[in-house]
Amino acid sequence: MSDVFIEVDEVEKVFEVRKKTGFLKRERHQVRAVDSLSFTVARGEMVGYIGPNGAGKSTTIKMLTGILTPSGGRLRVAGIDPSRERTRLAHRIGVVFGQRTTLWWDLPLIDSYRLMHRMYRIPDARYAENLDRLVELLSLEALLDVPVRQLSLGQRMRGDIVAALLHDPDVLYLDEPTIGLDVISKAKVRTFLRELNTERGTTVLLTTHDLQDIEQLCSRVMVIDHGRLMYDGPLTGLHEAGESERTLVVDLERELPPIDAGPAARVVKVEGPRQWLAFPAAESAAPLVARIAAEYPLLDLSVREPDIETVIAAMLYPIGDTAKPPAERPTA
Amino acid sequence: MAERVRDGRRGAAEGVPEGRRGAVDCVPGGRRGAGERARDGLRAYWLIAGMWIRSTMTYRTSFALTMAGNLVVTGLDFATILLMFSQVDSLGGWSLPEVCFLYGLSATAFGVADLVLGSMDVLGARIRDGSFDTLLVRPAPVLAQIGADRFALRRLGRITQGSVVLGWSLVSVDVAWTPAKVLLVPVMLAAGAAIFCALFVAGAAFQFVAQDAAEVQNAFTYGGTTLLQYPPTVFGKDFVRGVTFMLPLAFVNWVPAAYVLGRPYPLRLPGWTAWSAPLVAVVCCALAGLAWRAGLRAYRSTGS
Amino acid sequence: MGAGRLYTAVAAGGFRRYATYRAATAAGVFTNTAFGIILVYTYLALWDEKPHLGGYDQAQAVTYVWLGQCLYATLAIQGGGAEKDLMERIRTGAIAIDLYRPADLQLWWLATDLGRSLFQLLGRGVIPFLVGAVFFPMALPADAGTWAAFLVALFLAMLVSFGIRYLVALSVFWLMDGTGVNQAMMITGVFFSGMTLPLNVFPGGFGEVVRVLPWAAQLQMPADVLLGETGVAGALAFQAAWAVALLTAGRLLQTAATRRVVVQGG
Repeated sequence: MSDVFIEVDEVEKVFEVRKKTGFLKRERHQVRAVDSLSFTVARGEMVGYIGPNGAGKSTTIKMLTGILTPSGGRLRVAGIDPSRERTRLAHRIGVVFGQRTTLWWDLPLIDSYRLMHRMYRIPDARYAENLDRLVELLSLEALLDVPVRQLSLGQRMRGDIVAALLHDPDVLYLDEPTIGLDVISKAKVRTFLRELNTERGTTVLLTTHDLQDIEQLCSRVMVIDHGRLMYDGPLTGLHEAGESERTLVVDLERELPPIDAGPAARVVKVEGPRQWLAFPAAESAAPLVARIAAEYPLLDLSVREPDIETVIAAMLYPIGDTAKPPAERPTA
Repeated sequence: MAERVRDGRRGAAEGVPEGRRGAVDCVPGGRRGAGERARDGLRAYWLIAGMWIRSTMTYRTSFALTMAGNLVVTGLDFATILLMFSQVDSLGGWSLPEVCFLYGLSATAFGVADLVLGSMDVLGARIRDGSFDTLLVRPAPVLAQIGADRFALRRLGRITQGSVVLGWSLVSVDVAWTPAKVLLVPVMLAAGAAIFCALFVAGAAFQFVAQDAAEVQNAFTYGGTTLLQYPPTVFGKDFVRGVTFMLPLAFVNWVPAAYVLGRPYPLRLPGWTAWSAPLVAVVCCALAGLAWRAGLRAYRSTGS
Repeated sequence: MGAGRLYTAVAAGGFRRYATYRAATAAGVFTNTAFGIILVYTYLALWDEKPHLGGYDQAQAVTYVWLGQCLYATLAIQGGGAEKDLMERIRTGAIAIDLYRPADLQLWWLATDLGRSLFQLLGRGVIPFLVGAVFFPMALPADAGTWAAFLVALFLAMLVSFGIRYLVALSVFWLMDGTGVNQAMMITGVFFSGMTLPLNVFPGGFGEVVRVLPWAAQLQMPADVLLGETGVAGALAFQAAWAVALLTAGRLLQTAATRRVVVQGG
């Protein structure tokens, strides 16, 4: 176990929240954002960290990166206590905040990298080598002299990933790295992360709402809910639950009784002229769409992938089991 | 699998022994002293300020316009004083050159602090939109990073305007200049700038507690420089006591300027207090530093 | 929904929006009070040196200071009212949506800004004024008629203030960047409204000029009405004339601007 890189031992984080109860009255109460959380991540692992909004994901990441101080427990990253030695840790970690760019808006992309070069005191030769390699892998060569404000969301995300890796961090934290990206950018980012992990052995911890990120990248998944680790294990467990159902949203010309789509799908919701049909995620939507289009006055339709909340809910609280199941705690 | 991963890593580290790896690109491991931290901070400050200067220079016309506008805005206070003196010959018993001496000292010292740390009031907004967290994962002191945030050269306007007035007052006041009096002028400017810097830092620390209340610090910073532009004789005794002993703004110019101009010291302070401004500045900076650390610690434990 | 009710609802929205910033409001009250104290002392020294300067006695000068602090945010004297949002909408192009609303653009924003003004008056302006009244001698009228006239003058001042800022905001249709005009608005607003010194203290021909500019309708006129230093009818007529002129100009500029949007939008 010498290769344990991230060590989280009975860590908790308690926030004091003040809630308004009247014009001037405020009530204080405590919220356990993270509750006796324990796990380890070995060097070179690529782990998906998922859970519903407000489950404690970003609080965990903030503690791992030294932004927040834990209220209790023990936490080590590369042997460093993040909250006590924040700046020393900064040299060992790379962080990408999905919706918040750290690039300089009005300046050419390359200027942001030059700042990283100097701020992290990266030796010239290594900076040049890393820049060349990263820029090539993420196809940013043509964009280095373009002001960041002119980049597309996908280009900017790739730019942010480069900025986070120029100093050769041992671990990369990604917070929603593919959110809002187009299909091509998503694919590029995923391919790159896989290569980074296998070729260079960089440990990667990512939070995401995109099931495909997890499917394509992570062999291990941790699910957190209400600040507690509910599942820690291989993807397959999650995968099966995730394979459940997709939803076809159909807009008809007028209100009609629930669509009869045969055994392939069932109507789960009707709201005026709009109807929701659930069908097995593994099946193609095409025959279903063709059948409805032939028999009903169709205006518009769209397919919704199962979102991660649904999958987690399906996995943690299987249908028919209304009582909350005991947490599936890892024993490893 | 594990072997391959390690080989890959070793390749990347160019043969640097495993344990030393993290230390290669940063200062040699372990905790560092205050001197080193200060040097790191200054270095980070200049790096970030440089980026902001380059950013503003991408809009040259806008920069020129705001620079000119800044000169006019900061000149409004002075225009008010001139308007007053168009109606009277003295204010609180002080002549126009004497009031200009106070004004020049106050405006220039404040201008320097404003240039260096004047954008610290964005802290509250940065905490609210979450971008403050991105500063905490960088290997540089947060104070330096937030201090350099939105660094704006247009703030040179106030320094320019203040030092022109100061220059005119130096040749116009009726003072028998001695080496000590000449020396005291730059000492006042440096200490005054430091006292105002401490106010900006303390104000930023307060924003950790109340993110929407950034305007409170204006009362102390802008309010402070405004009141110091007028003679102490103008203000009520309790008020002067407050800005001498509680919020020691009086040491920016009132007390030392009384020595230079040969006027009675406010509150009949003893003569040596004219030279105490640097000491007051050091104490202010230390207290502001403590407030900042407390604020940052509170933020990191609450994340609010 | 009747037009009156629509714009009342819009104004109420403006009021509520600013009412949500409690900490910012408290901070503003504190800052205005601090600046009021500083200014009062300097004015007292000035009037000590030259009693009856500009026709005011000391108590009147003190009242003027606190009225200025009270109306500083109410009249958005250095900007920062509803026109800030309007500028942002013009800059981002979101203004095109507003043009499709079944409401008049100018009246919509006027109602929003009046709602904001009213909140700033009650939430932010009244407290510094009361603090001033408690700790410094003020010259406040005893008769209800003067107060009523003052309230009318204050309402007209709000219209003039909005009229100026609306013109400034619309200029962004052509300039695309509001930094320069904002700064100009701040300078002229602070100086020509009499925030730093009452306009009747401004000397000679310069004083004559600043006293007939529209900014004089913002602080100087309501102050003079409250202090009984001017004929009420004349003051209100002066304010009303500027309000009409500015709002008409705003309407003309708005027509030109919307034509421009329609042409550009294709």
